[in-house]
Parts: sequence; structure tokens; C-alpha cells
Amino acid sequence: MLTPPREETAGVRAAPGRVRVPSRGRVVAARFFGTRQGRLGFGLLASMFLLAFAGPLLGRWSATELDFSAFMRPPSADHWFGTLQTGSDVFAVTLRGARRSLLVGLLVAVLSTGVAAVAGSFAGYYLGWTDRTLMWVADLLLVLPAFLILAIMSPLFTGGRWLLFVIMMALFLWMVTSKIVRGMTRAIKEREYVTAARFMGVPSSAIIFRHVIPNLASLLIVDATLNVSAAILTETSLSYFGFGIQPPDVSLGGLIADGARTALYAPWTFWFAAGALIVVILAVNLIGDSLRDAFDPGARRGP
Amino acid sequence: MAGFLLRRLVNYVVLIAVATSLAYMLAATALDPRSNYEGRNPRPPAAVVDARLSRLNLNDRTPLFERYLTWAGAAVRGDFGRTWNGDRVNDDLARRLGVTSRLILLGVVLGSVGGVLLGALAAVGQYGWFDRLSTVAAFVVLAIPTVVLANMLIIGAIWLNDRLGAQIFLVSGEVTPGLAGGAGAGLLDRAKHLALPTVSLALGQVAVYSRYQRNMMLDVLDADFIRTAMAKGLRRRTALVKHGLRTALIPAVTYFAFTFGSLLVGATITESVFGWHGMGEELVASIRTNDVNTVAAIACFAALAVLLASLASDLLHAVLDPRVRVG
Repeated sequence: MLTPPREETAGVRAAPGRVRVPSRGRVVAARFFGTRQGRLGFGLLASMFLLAFAGPLLGRWSATELDFSAFMRPPSADHWFGTLQTGSDVFAVTLRGARRSLLVGLLVAVLSTGVAAVAGSFAGYYLGWTDRTLMWVADLLLVLPAFLILAIMSPLFTGGRWLLFVIMMALFLWMVTSKIVRGMTRAIKEREYVTAARFMGVPSSAIIFRHVIPNLASLLIVDATLNVSAAILTETSLSYFGFGIQPPDVSLGGLIADGARTALYAPWTFWFAAGALIVVILAVNLIGDSLRDAFDPGARRGP
Repeated sequence: MAGFLLRRLVNYVVLIAVATSLAYMLAATALDPRSNYEGRNPRPPAAVVDARLSRLNLNDRTPLFERYLTWAGAAVRGDFGRTWNGDRVNDDLARRLGVTSRLILLGVVLGSVGGVLLGALAAVGQYGWFDRLSTVAAFVVLAIPTVVLANMLIIGAIWLNDRLGAQIFLVSGEVTPGLAGGAGAGLLDRAKHLALPTVSLALGQVAVYSRYQRNMMLDVLDADFIRTAMAKGLRRRTALVKHGLRTALIPAVTYFAFTFGSLLVGATITESVFGWHGMGEELVASIRTNDVNTVAAIACFAALAVLLASLASDLLHAVLDPRVRVG
């Protein structure tokens, strides 16, 4: 578990031009890149991003093009990852799926961590009815089966409305973090700088956004990172059943679902998408774990 | 203690009621049971369909709130109505719950025991080869989604069966229908069917448990209370088993209750890939067949399972950890 960061951040930031004190960000980055695990995770994720977004420039085929002279062909010089039943190029299709999966994962993670930060800190700061209401909503969302709700709502996500899907997924991912944030906010609320700000007449919401949430940054960054993999995994299982990203859009989950049917006699339809997904999740988990260590070197690693 | 439990139980009942009602409203609005009949050939007359839908309380021409009241009135008495083709939802789900329980029981037990043992071994030899190996393995396993893992297992099993020319692993269903032979053959057949889904469930859990257990064991190995126990004359082994193990097992036990509760409905992918007709598979099937009553019943059951699991894990935590005071 992370301890709330001390005042060192504030002190360091206020010293420009004098003795060069390394900023907290730089210290954390140095610790992060000092471990093999951190470098490996960052390298893997960066290359996946590069491949997903710059790869199409290299490939000869686009994801929507069909090659009517090659159906279900194994990898060749013309089609690097082979072709599907429809004649589409697996390389191009996989990259398109990876782009969508990465984007969905990142957006859901940022959004859900944002909601967790706001809900948790408001509940912990105001307590009373705000607290009870927010935490009851969190409990309710924990109890509702997210998979079922998202699956029922999937017809709404057709026609390129995948952003709605992102919002709905984020809605089911913030609850546990918000409870941790709430607990830590209650501790921060008792600190001198918050009391000082309150006596100076700073409004409560300004205190929350200016003093409480920035002090939870390390927890939130780690949480957002780990949420990326959670979001991509949820999206994959939904898409496997056709409840996630809707056609004509496609994500890695949908590709894996299609590929699994033909995997036995055409392994290339399954393994490239599956491999891309595994590498992304592995990279994100490695980064999250190393970030946690970098922010809080004293604490022991969680799972 | 009693007051605390009572307050919690009341809160749980309210949460389940609200969650189930929300799920019902959403399902009744979004799903369209009428389309099940209209797709039939020959197409039944509209009046017949209407009458049947009304009898099942699925008619979208009845106002939503009225349907909800009819449904809730029966649901409070424990009757979740009928599926769109007339079976009783309760019987259907009870059968599927049996299937799911038979599927996940071995998986969660193997996963937790295996993970705890691996984690403890890794902690005892911290930074040794086994510790490093299990850390890497856990990271890799946690990166493989169940969908991919289950399909990988199937591909591997079919390859192995081909190689050996024998059906070692069976990849679809719970039993072979119409199997001849006595109880022994039947049991073997079940075991062959169960092996792969169990591995697909257990592997990820082994990874999670081993990480938890390793960290807890490391904390315990150099904790003050172990030193104290040894200072008063216990041998290290006795101190670890009597005082250490109880503490070190807390996260594993808590996580066990949580996993069991969520897998009752959440083994969707394993069940679908391996063709077991359990709760998770029904969840997907009921949405595809516009089965409003089944969807609501599953939502209710899922909420109940999650809350009971969290209650169980809290109680176990209170029993195992002497520092926890209830109230």
C-alpha cells in the first residue's frame, strides 16, 4: 500500500534557480528506469504503440482492403501475417484492433481513475451525507454485475458510438479505488496545510482539487496504469461474445473470437491477435508494478 | 456484534433489491422478447404472440412499471417467473448452478492451495532461482486473458490427442452423452472433461495467490511477534506454523471467498469455450434470446453471491486476525 506523499513535493517545486534539487518526478523516473522490469515494460508498451500507430505506414494493405486472390493464406512476403477467410490482411487488421484496444484501455483507465479521485476525495473530505451517498452508489455498482449490464447495453454502442462504451466501462471500474482514496483523504484532511488553507478561507472544493488530489497522485497514477490492463481485459471478454466494440469497428477481443474458430487449421488468424494482447497486458502490468516501487520504494510489492 | 450484523444485512437486502430492480428495468427496456416469436416460420398471428407474451409478463405493450410490479411481486416470494419459452426460471438456474459449482469447485481449491504453496516456497527462498522463476511465471500468466488461455488449452489438447492417438482430454461439455460402461467409466469421462476447464480457471488464481502469499510470508518471516514467540522458547518451525501461518493466510482466505462468489456467475468465458451449460453461459445466452426474466434472476443471484462472499470474507478476516474488532 502507498503512504500519502509528504511535503517534499511542495518544498522541491518552490526552489527554481537555486541549488538544483531533483524534482520528485525526476526521482521517480530515475527509480523507474533503474529497474530492468520498468525498462522492459516501457520498451514493450512503447513498441506496441509504435507498431499500432505507425505500422500501417509500412504494410501494403489497409484494414478494409480485401485481397480476392488470397483467402486464408499463411504468412507470406505479400501478407506478413497471412490473410483471413474474407481475404483481409491479418497484419493490418491486427494493428487496427490493437489501436482500438489501446485507446479504449487508456481512456477507460484515465476516466475511471478520475472519477475515483473525485468521488473518493469528496466522500472523505465532506463525510456525512456526501460520504454515505457516494459510498452507497459505489457499493451498488460493485453489486451490479458489470458484464451483464454492459452486455445488455451493447446495442447502444453500434454506429461508432464506442465512446459511450468507454464511459460505461469506466463507470464500473472506479469503486474500489475510490474507497482507498476516501480513506487516504480522511488522513490528509487532518494535516496542517489543509487546516491552514481552511483557516485562510479557501473553499472546500478548491482545497480538494489543489491540496488533496495532488497529494494522492502516486496512488492515482499507479491505479490508472493497472486499470489500463483491467479495462483491456474486460473489453476483450465482452468483445469475445460480440458485446464490446461493435462492427464495423474491431478490437483485439473480436479478432481473437473469430480467430479461435479457425485456430486449429489456420493458426495465424489467432496467434497474432492473441500475442499482441498478451504483450500489451504484460507491458502495462510491468509498468504499473515498477511505478508502484518507484513511488514508494519502502513498500513491498503487491501481486 | 448482532446489531452490526443486522445493520449490514438490512443494507445488503436493500442493495440487492435496488440492483435487481435496475437490472430488470434495463433488461425489460433494452431486450425484445417479441422478436423471438416474430422470427419463427410460419409466423404466429400477432394476437397469439401478444397473449403468450402477456401470460409470461413479457409483453412490451404493457407499461414497464406495471410489468415491473407484477414481476417484483412474484420475485419477493422467490419466484422469478418463466423464460420466454415457458420454462420456470428457478428450475433452470438451479440446474445451471449445479453445473457451475461442479466446474469451479476444483478450480478454486486447486488454484488457492497451489498458489499458497508456491508463494510460501518463493518467500522462504527469497531472491533464489525459484522465487525469480515464479515471479516471471506469475507475470506471464496474469497477462494471458482467459479467452486466450482457454483456446490455447483446447489447441494444445487436440494436438496432444492427435499425437497420442487417444482421447486424453475432452474439450466440450460435462459428460459424453450416451456413454456406455459402469460408474468407473462415467467418472473417468467426467474427469477427462473437467481437466482443461479446471486448469484454465486455476492457473490465473495460482498466479494471484502466489503473489499475495509471497508478500505476506515475507512480512511474517521477520515480524516482531515471530521473534517474540521464538524468544519465549518456541522453535522457529512451531512459531511459524502456530503464529505465522494464521496471519499469512488472511489475504488468501479473503481472496478465496471473493473469487468463489464472483466465479459463480463470472466463469462466463470458461463455460462458453468448454461448452459447460452453467450460470455464466446462461448469462450470455439469456441476453441473446431476449430473456428478460432470466437476466433479472441472474442479476439478483450475482448480487447475492457477491454480497455473501464479501460478508464471508469479512467474518473470516475477523476470526483470523486478532486485531480486528467488530462493531
